[in-house]
Amino acid sequence: MMVFLKRMSFFSLALFFSGCASQKSLYYWGNYQPQIYQMYSEPGKAPPEQQLIKFEEDYQKAMAQNKRMPPGFHAHVGYLYFESGKMDQAYKNFEMEKSHYPESSIYMDSLMQRMKGKK
Amino acid sequence: MHSFRFLLLASSFVILSGCASQKKSFDYSAFRESNPRSIVILPPVNHSPDIRATYSFYATVTMPVAEAGYYVFPIALVDQTFKENGLPTPGEMHQASVNKLREVFGADAALYITITQYGSVYSVIDSSVIVSADADLIDLKTGKLLWTGTATASSSEGENKGGGSITALLINAVVKQILGNIGDQGHSVASVTSTRLLSTRENGILPGPRSPDYYTQANK
Repeated sequence: MMVFLKRMSFFSLALFFSGCASQKSLYYWGNYQPQIYQMYSEPGKAPPEQQLIKFEEDYQKAMAQNKRMPPGFHAHVGYLYFESGKMDQAYKNFEMEKSHYPESSIYMDSLMQRMKGKK
Repeated sequence: MHSFRFLLLASSFVILSGCASQKKSFDYSAFRESNPRSIVILPPVNHSPDIRATYSFYATVTMPVAEAGYYVFPIALVDQTFKENGLPTPGEMHQASVNKLREVFGADAALYITITQYGSVYSVIDSSVIVSADADLIDLKTGKLLWTGTATASSSEGENKGGGSITALLINAVVKQILGNIGDQGHSVASVTSTRLLSTRENGILPGPRSPDYYTQANK
């Protein structure tokens, strides 16, 4: 029941910003914002490994519903993989961010360049 | 049945709140001319005494701006990039030049948020949690102000307005449900404030290129 209410509250938030136009959400949001909040508010409780599990679940659910991940999602996931030392997965996700959102190209390229220097 | 009733409540709230007010309209000529596609949102400067405010608020800003149709840079990485470049606090980050921001992120525009209130306000009868914030959208090529806005939300809103009218009751019920369910009240109120502040509504930001409303509203 709590889970249901929680989902409903997100749903009504979604309604909030749709305002007068009765349009659907453009993206599958899942845990993206709540995990980032937890990362900042209780740093010990959202280590990269745990965030990655949640985000991979989100990604599978979004694919099953044929929905897009929000801007920044793949970049964030790529960074978590980088922090976990999984460079292949990190690059793969930065490239996904670039291909879904070409607006991110300059930033993604510079992040990948910097990571090459670090590892 | 329960879910249907809730849906009804939720949608009535949107109808009642969304379309009601008609204030003096904002001059969007600079916004339209700039026509930004991507927005880098900086960690908010916090003028409240609660040190949690900056990141509690920051975690809520992506959704409204992305749903408005813009590319929003990954906030946790943006924050990290500033810190790695020797700017550890939001105050210092907000001082970075527009040229530098454009160079590092490749963004068309930057959103600067200031939290003016975050936390409990006590009165004789009741206490409530209030979050208020201002935002400026700046073009990173020209440094021009494209849009500015302000918003506030309270955990007790709707309770004493409208003298128990059906409207007030509906708003109250929905807001309470939103706010009652997500543990930390400050953060829940912050997400209502940021949604109000940053979505496409009367005097809000214009729909961006990824919004279905882009061609109908942004170019009129």
